[in-house]
Amino acid sequence: MSTQPNSFRNQPDERGHFGQFGGRYVAETLMPLILELETAYRAAKVDPAFKAEFEDLLEHYVGRPSPLYFAPRLTEALGGAQVWFKRDELNHTGAHKINNCIGQILLAMRMGKTRIIAETGAGQHGVATATVCARFGLPCVIYMGEVDVARQQPNVFRMKLLGAEVVPVVSGSRTLKDAMNEALRDWVANVHDTFYIIGTAAGPHPYPELVRDFQSVIGREARAQMLSRVGRLPDLLVAAIGGGSNAIGLFHPFLDDPEVKMLGVEAAGHGLDKQHAASLAGGAPGILHGNKTYLLQDEDGQITEAHSISAGLDYPGIGPEHAWLKESGRVEYTSATDTEALDAFQLLCRTEGIIPALEPSHAIAAVAKRAPGMPKDAIILANLCGRGDKDIFTVAEALGVEM
Amino acid sequence: MNPRLASAFAKGRSALVAFITAGDGDTAANLDALVSGGADVIELGMPFTDPMADGPAIQAANLRSLGAGTTTREILMIANEFRERHPDVPLVLMGYANPMVRRGPEWFAKECKGCGVDGVICVDLAPEEDQDLGPYLRAEGVDLIRLATPTTDDARLPTVLDGASGFLYYVSVAGITGKQQAATASIEQAVARLKRATDLPVAVGFGVRTPEQARAIARVADGVVVGSALVEIVGKHGTAAPEHLREYTASLAEAVHSARKEAHA
Repeated sequence: MSTQPNSFRNQPDERGHFGQFGGRYVAETLMPLILELETAYRAAKVDPAFKAEFEDLLEHYVGRPSPLYFAPRLTEALGGAQVWFKRDELNHTGAHKINNCIGQILLAMRMGKTRIIAETGAGQHGVATATVCARFGLPCVIYMGEVDVARQQPNVFRMKLLGAEVVPVVSGSRTLKDAMNEALRDWVANVHDTFYIIGTAAGPHPYPELVRDFQSVIGREARAQMLSRVGRLPDLLVAAIGGGSNAIGLFHPFLDDPEVKMLGVEAAGHGLDKQHAASLAGGAPGILHGNKTYLLQDEDGQITEAHSISAGLDYPGIGPEHAWLKESGRVEYTSATDTEALDAFQLLCRTEGIIPALEPSHAIAAVAKRAPGMPKDAIILANLCGRGDKDIFTVAEALGVEM
Repeated sequence: MNPRLASAFAKGRSALVAFITAGDGDTAANLDALVSGGADVIELGMPFTDPMADGPAIQAANLRSLGAGTTTREILMIANEFRERHPDVPLVLMGYANPMVRRGPEWFAKECKGCGVDGVICVDLAPEEDQDLGPYLRAEGVDLIRLATPTTDDARLPTVLDGASGFLYYVSVAGITGKQQAATASIEQAVARLKRATDLPVAVGFGVRTPEQARAIARVADGVVVGSALVEIVGKHGTAAPEHLREYTASLAEAVHSARKEAHA
């Protein structure tokens, strides 16, 4: 294709655009702060002290590098390509979300902000945010849809234990997108002292870029670990996508390795012809929450409600870089239903002794479909971005088990 | 500037800008009530599922409207019929970017022109992303009304004013619609700062609820925007809203029009 860029790793442009996606679509009250954040991030990015503190915390507080693990019994059960996992579920707080929170809270303190807010869906980002706020002694308010509060009780309690105030959001569909609306409403009224730690690689520029950069530690480690363990790069990377932060974190360092194929897995909920959360598969470009990207919406541009059994994927949009990577053809996107994710969840429990979160269970479902058709010397690397302790009640209910 | 908007701000007194949400109640009757109550400019809100800049009153109005099945075509029809009934009253659409660009900005701009809409306020279209709507509205002669806020400093103001027309909407508080009101002194200072940078009329809104507040702002600004208080009347009175709206608008209009304010050339 003649329009192929020289590199897939030099986005966004100076205005925060990934091709036609991304940008800064926010109320005027927030614009000066967004611009200030960009300036602060540019300065932090080239400051060795910032980098050193970020890396020190990742190593000694988060527990990085996370292991790269070959899954022998899952590989055998699938009967095709070797399946490897990047074990980000072993991080402190149990998911990849903490990588980004460490980066953003350091940035917040650099900017002199004294109060932190965040939105959360499954509660993993809320827990990670509450964790870093406790670690650095900053007050923290977490907005969480009322529906998610009900289905993620353990994480709600964790956040409270960590000292955060959890505000149940009762507007709209009462899930992640409404939590984000409410966080934006808080931010616009408290711009002078408040930093908004966005949990995924979406929102107004520079958030998609900085979240990606903080999460890229996943892909950088995985790339080095693969080279040192097997002497070559994997053939296929697989990651689940809600907003897309764990996926972009894994993919980005590999984007200019043409031999590495990549597969992002959206949540197909009850099925793509029914209610789902697959914005690339079932949505269209539009503007929401500060960026232009693929959105689930009707013909009038009203946002339609997403559904996934996984609260962390239950969002009607996707990070703008994924929208661009889809249009450029560099990354392939597919989806997995609630049922497929539940099957994959159980498969990993039984074959590897690992209870995955429902989010990466979508990635495992895609692995289970792809691996059998690939040769035995092929390598699939999937991001195990969260552990499933938080999901056992949801899974029990879905399986009809009384606890 | 669109002639209808220009004349609304050239009456030698401050203008009352009245906002209600389209599709919430009997919108045509409610709009007529605003006009007969003395509103100088009508802002018609386009409902959106995710009104991030709005407080509880307008959020609820959006939900009521969308719950009743309001479509973009119906909103444009409401505008078109308003224009037929009120050929001289300026009408501005206010809303969020996604419903405006969904069928393409060219389509939206042409529809606005065709329905007699004088201006558009797009809450989440920063001047930095003007390319998505601004050029299309300007091509059709529809004003793109920009917002300035307490956080818009002097260095940034030229960016906001570049491409702005109609009037400048000063959001008097850093926050969402319908909440607290800023101190009159800070509004006076802010309006003076804006007037030094532009010849556009400056209308002040967000958190203006009562005739007393409106009168105080009308002394220093070219226009006063009232939204949440009117939207609450619609929510409270349903089909009986028009008479209550007319009465409340009249009390606001009296306050705004008598507050005294010379016209700005």
